Amino acid sequence: MVDVQVTNISKSYGQERQNAVDQVSFSVSKGELFGLIGPDGCGKTSLFRILTTLLLPDSGTASVNGFDIVKDFREIRRRVGYMPGKFSLYPDLTVEENLHFFATLFDTTIKANYDLIKDIYVQIAPFKDRRAGKLSGGMKQKLALCCALIHRPTVLFLDEPTTGVDTVSRKEFWEMLKLLKGEGITILVSTPYMDEATLCERIALIQKGTIMSIDTPDQIIHQFPKKIYAVMARNMGALLADLRSIQHISSCNAFGQYHHITFQDEDVRTPRKLIEELEYRGHVDMEITLIDPTIEDCFINLMDRHGN
Amino acid sequence: MRTLMFLLQKEFRQIFRNAMILRMIIAMPIIQLLIMPMAADFEIKNITISIVDHDRSSYSQKLVNKIIASGYFRLNDYSSSFHESFGEFQNDNSDLILEIPLNFEKDLVRENSSDLFIAVNAINGTKASVGSSYLGRIISDYNSDIRLQRSEPQQMTASHLIEITTLNWFNPFLNYPFFMVPGILVVLVTMVGAFMCALNIVKEKEVGTIEQINVTPIKKYIFILGKLIPFWLIGIFIFSIGLFIIARFVYGIIPMGSVIVLYSFLGIYLIALLGIGLIISTYSNTQQQAMSLAFFCMMIFLLMSGLFTPIESMPEWAKVIAKCNPVTYFIEVMRMVVLKGSGFSDLIWQFLIICGMAVFFNTWAIVNYKKTS
Repeated sequence: MVDVQVTNISKSYGQERQNAVDQVSFSVSKGELFGLIGPDGCGKTSLFRILTTLLLPDSGTASVNGFDIVKDFREIRRRVGYMPGKFSLYPDLTVEENLHFFATLFDTTIKANYDLIKDIYVQIAPFKDRRAGKLSGGMKQKLALCCALIHRPTVLFLDEPTTGVDTVSRKEFWEMLKLLKGEGITILVSTPYMDEATLCERIALIQKGTIMSIDTPDQIIHQFPKKIYAVMARNMGALLADLRSIQHISSCNAFGQYHHITFQDEDVRTPRKLIEELEYRGHVDMEITLIDPTIEDCFINLMDRHGN
Repeated sequence: MRTLMFLLQKEFRQIFRNAMILRMIIAMPIIQLLIMPMAADFEIKNITISIVDHDRSSYSQKLVNKIIASGYFRLNDYSSSFHESFGEFQNDNSDLILEIPLNFEKDLVRENSSDLFIAVNAINGTKASVGSSYLGRIISDYNSDIRLQRSEPQQMTASHLIEITTLNWFNPFLNYPFFMVPGILVVLVTMVGAFMCALNIVKEKEVGTIEQINVTPIKKYIFILGKLIPFWLIGIFIFSIGLFIIARFVYGIIPMGSVIVLYSFLGIYLIALLGIGLIISTYSNTQQQAMSLAFFCMMIFLLMSGLFTPIESMPEWAKVIAKCNPVTYFIEVMRMVVLKGSGFSDLIWQFLIICGMAVFFNTWAIVNYKKTS
């Protein structure tokens, strides 16, 4: 069963009429954990705002829970939970008051849905009398998630929930999402972090308002067209420059302590030849290994292809 | 209905938690009402005067004494050269020069007439006109004194003297605070309506909480009502502190007319003002923008309201602006009810206008609110 259906949605802002969201279509089934992956400014937030009825699209249609986002916006608001990228609860109300306030707006009580938020709420419960503005970043996220869940939404929209959150809290956050998935809630999450993509069931890679690819993370990695190698040498800076100057290397990008490269031809002897050539250019302590591509490799590859 | 109650509860909780706003609500009416009416006194005292006396006779001496004894004037210098006094005048040490010519007494006695010369420093227009009219009055008073003195008793009946007695109605002692306090009360209420309400709504925009509110099924009008009602109540609260505590116990002002009429007008007036606050909030995205816009409106409202300068003496175009200003009507109603004891039947016109304004501003706000969201 399809829970979120997006068909040819476009939205542009300002005078330059550049599309923030350009002919986007996808669908999310019930109970799925769907990720929108893309850099800042690629249109993730606009898309979320359209789906949560905060923004009207210029063209295209979309439905959430079977309700049209324009016509039945009131029904949708009753059913979805939205957590904006920016912390937007009342900083001058306490944790408990915020939660109570949002429960009342949805005409429900904390008690009625406590089982849903219990696992998250117990972590912030010791601070329930603290003002929301005085919480740490991770705590704020948890509270925001509680507030978005308090009315037992069927679809949950999380706009960059892990941006600006430390590694431990990020991990915890994804654990919580898995728990929620178990409750049968459809979750749409956007993130600029490629490493989080593999935590989703299906992902859409977005760049400049258009979707480049939609599939499971495994499939997207599987579809990577070439063999990819990780190269290391003592002088990484010079290595990058040299790799980029070599003709038969089709792509070369810096990834942490390695450079990821792909070749024009897929001959097994090519890596050896490369090592020889680099040794000739004076590089030492070299290492080259065949690796599995990451989502980031896929993203860059797709981006280059779309750019051309 | 339950949601609205809850919104109000949340709103009041936030207001009472904001120490700054709370202090403003309590302290602002008290301080403003204590300071402004006391300081802004239009009765002009301490006008400095230079007297150039070429005559130095007993008559001229008498005139000088009379002027100084009036209490309005402070003698800056007493010289016998106009030139010298004019120097003082140019240095801004004196506001007026009175020149008494040579043979002042002689001419008066012999020819029954003499001239005096007055020069006025007109930089401060009010001071100049008030000063010269005071001086004129003292001189004419002096004039009738000497006429009486010099005329024979049998001629007394023949001399036609018109004596003017003024009776000040509605404010018999020309007590300045009586005039100012009702006006300042209006200003206070206006500040709460236009400023605080606009800032509060814009704050939700700035912090982003309005996003979170907008995705809930809550209806827009309930949300707006939840914002307006607290400030409507606060406005009435501030007004009551001002009227029943400060005005009564500090200035001894007890409204002559019906308090019910005052409060009904206040209620409608606040609705109109909250509409303006709402308009400001729909046009601004940050509290800073809202603040600047509200400040701009406030300045025009205050200066064009007849609080300080009477509307009747404004030029025609300014009168039109003043007539479009809701503050004008409330100040008018306040002064009429508090000082004159006017009742509802005298104020129908003002009531109609303020109702119209309430409808107009709120419609504008709602139309614009819909457009932006």
